[in-house]
Amino acid sequence: MHGDSDQQDRLVEAVAEAYEEQLPLQIVGSGSKVFLTEPTTPDSRVDPGKLLSIAEHSGVVEYRPEELVITARAGTTLKELEQQLAREGQMLPFEPPRFSGAGTLGGAVASGLSGPGRPWYGALRDAVLGVEMINGRGEFLRFGGQVMKNVAGYDVSRLQAGAFGSLGVLLSASIKTLPKPVAELSCIFELEAGAALAKLRAWAQLPLPITATCYVDNQLRVRLSGAESAVLWAVDQIEGDVINAEAFWSQLRNHDIDFFRKEGKLWRMSLPPSTPLTDEPTMIEWSGALRWVYSEKALFDWAGQQGGYALPFNGDYSTQSFLWSDQELHKRIKRAFDPAEILNPCRVC
Amino acid sequence: MSRALVTELLRANLPARSLITDPKALKPYETDGLTAIRELPWLVALPETVQQVEAVVRICRSHGVPIVARGAGTGLSGGARPHKDGIVLGLSKLNKILEVDVDNCVARVQPGVRNQAISDASAKHGLYYAPDPSSQIACSIGGNVAENSGGVHCLKYGLTVHNVVGLEVLTVDGNFLELGGKGLDSPGYDLLALLSGSEGMLGIVTEVTVRLLPKPPEKRVILAAFHEVKAAADVVGNIIGHGLIPAGLEMMDRLAIEAAEDYVHAGYPREAAAILLCELDGIEAEVESNVTFVLRLLEDGGAYDVRVAVEPEEQALFWLGRKAAFPAMGRISPDYYCMDGTIPRTRLSEVLESIEQLSRHYGLRVANVFHAGDGNLHPLILYDANQPGQLERTEEMGGKILELCVAVGGSVTGEHGVGVEKLDQMCSQFSAAELDQFHRLKEAFDPELLLNPGKAIPSLSRCSEIGGMHIHGGKLPFPHIERF
Repeated sequence: MHGDSDQQDRLVEAVAEAYEEQLPLQIVGSGSKVFLTEPTTPDSRVDPGKLLSIAEHSGVVEYRPEELVITARAGTTLKELEQQLAREGQMLPFEPPRFSGAGTLGGAVASGLSGPGRPWYGALRDAVLGVEMINGRGEFLRFGGQVMKNVAGYDVSRLQAGAFGSLGVLLSASIKTLPKPVAELSCIFELEAGAALAKLRAWAQLPLPITATCYVDNQLRVRLSGAESAVLWAVDQIEGDVINAEAFWSQLRNHDIDFFRKEGKLWRMSLPPSTPLTDEPTMIEWSGALRWVYSEKALFDWAGQQGGYALPFNGDYSTQSFLWSDQELHKRIKRAFDPAEILNPCRVC
Repeated sequence: MSRALVTELLRANLPARSLITDPKALKPYETDGLTAIRELPWLVALPETVQQVEAVVRICRSHGVPIVARGAGTGLSGGARPHKDGIVLGLSKLNKILEVDVDNCVARVQPGVRNQAISDASAKHGLYYAPDPSSQIACSIGGNVAENSGGVHCLKYGLTVHNVVGLEVLTVDGNFLELGGKGLDSPGYDLLALLSGSEGMLGIVTEVTVRLLPKPPEKRVILAAFHEVKAAADVVGNIIGHGLIPAGLEMMDRLAIEAAEDYVHAGYPREAAAILLCELDGIEAEVESNVTFVLRLLEDGGAYDVRVAVEPEEQALFWLGRKAAFPAMGRISPDYYCMDGTIPRTRLSEVLESIEQLSRHYGLRVANVFHAGDGNLHPLILYDANQPGQLERTEEMGGKILELCVAVGGSVTGEHGVGVEKLDQMCSQFSAAELDQFHRLKEAFDPELLLNPGKAIPSLSRCSEIGGMHIHGGKLPFPHIERF
């Protein structure tokens, strides 16, 4: 939408000024994921701050398909990024959600959300090779790089994934890309949730080219990707009915399926994949490791007892902070990057 | 700090067999795999339980004693070099595999468990732990986490950071952090990623949960010989550019080939300027079609001798030469110095040419062994420490190679870590503000700087003393140095 535009100097200046004046900044890209972090009842004691838009800081800086790396400014839309990659037969391995079709690279990294292929293709943070950012003191910093292996210094790049901009304003990111699979087929099974989970766990111990699974409304869908021979072999192995599910996977990734439109309180739970099911309406992704559950009860404790954690997904993220294993340490890390606590003070309070 | 008092307190909390104070017995701990750098610690603690680890950390903290955590001591950058006023906290006795959880495809292990032991314990379930540093028989998983170790197969299966799903970490203030678990996501900042490769500077790893993968049923190893290094380098880019990610893709040059061949007789073509080793794995049909594809690229790329190992024995032989490359150097040179820079793959042949020129300039032979698929170079500079000035020349040349890696957009270390070895080169990779940010982050975990002090991140004064810092904005460091 914004094409190619370098706003680095303006952004560095804006943060430096805010640091000087100790005034909070609210960092926004396309605003498509604001609902993830906005408290339903805003805390009147916290000033959300002046809007700092990174949307105009956009454009692909460097893309060498044979290096499997793309570097783009934070405001680059995911759509544009993925179109460029598709032209070279590549993709973002972590399949970030595009809520309402929108989203920027910066927003994707900041929220750290990965799509249906996460257990097989890796998480968003796995693909982050380097970042350029501005810390809360208005300093321009560069960490990581464009190479796959890099252990020089602490991994500050990956630390930005899921930090919701609270440690710095992302200016650009270098992301590992993957060749699109040569062949892809999906299978469908009609079965009970318990039977689906058992199947998923059995498959996980076999060398199958699975790249996504989803159980919802008594149907289990499985995506198989890779060399054509491997995909056909796997269809035989799992004995499923082949269906065309390309649209389904894309809608699932973007939370654009009916399950996400139900009434009620939606929980996103990351769990050990073999965790038993509950009675509530559940959608299972990631071979069992990601569960979406509608429940009026708070599921924090239950998920914790199972060895995972729960996040309320449609509203009230103000409870998020109590999930953290060590709040004091989190605060110290925050202050190490942002001593005046001016960056997204409402996102990670 | 009173050493006598601290020793007494440690004695009260640890069994006698877990404390080493006798200088002779301390000797093996004076260095890790980077043997050129030594320092005798005044004490080594080898706790047998997590509670004992906690006691050691508590005692050291309250008396301001630096703690250098150590796994198997196989690290190559001096990360576990002792501190002269500190203790070494050896975690090798915490060596229990706590659980192989087949249902969740993970293993929960103590930090002193050897890398290879995890795969061994999982083998009966058809599972294995993918990252395989060359030292995997000896190196510990705790050390792998500290260094974010790679290995031959990380091209396809990722580094340690991609394969660890949970950590229990003891912070210097005595808190246990539970990071991740058997699931795939964790709330809050991604401390799991931050701790990976943090070289024992942020916390002590007391438990590790790793992901286990199903063993690929088939694999093939291809050996291809080239008359020119550049041709081999170009094929590497071509294979990956065509969308194929082999399980491993390694390259060796003539000197490395000859040395390995003399040492283990792997059957490498001695006359080749370079060889590539390419491992392809997966299900049978997929492997077959990928082999055909790679063979075509090799042929088009000018490989003059191509062999495919189908039988496990032959595959092992192909790999043997590569895995023995480092010790093989010991036979052709009294000493060698192993570098670990990474570069963008497309700059491979250009960088190799520059290394060749540096080699002539310094009059030191260089054997090149590298993880070509992911641009991780291991140039081995051959020298003789008994010849006056050779070590210094070697170190200077090594520094130049790493600066070259940074200048083409790479990094001074891909998998061995900074330790004490690459502190100076860190000055050329990072600006003062970036180094300062690292130090602030360290202080958030360890305000008194007791955990492995002085490693991994150079002080700003060190960088200004050596006179080089900052390469950003296309400006090269050390402008007075000739570029190749």
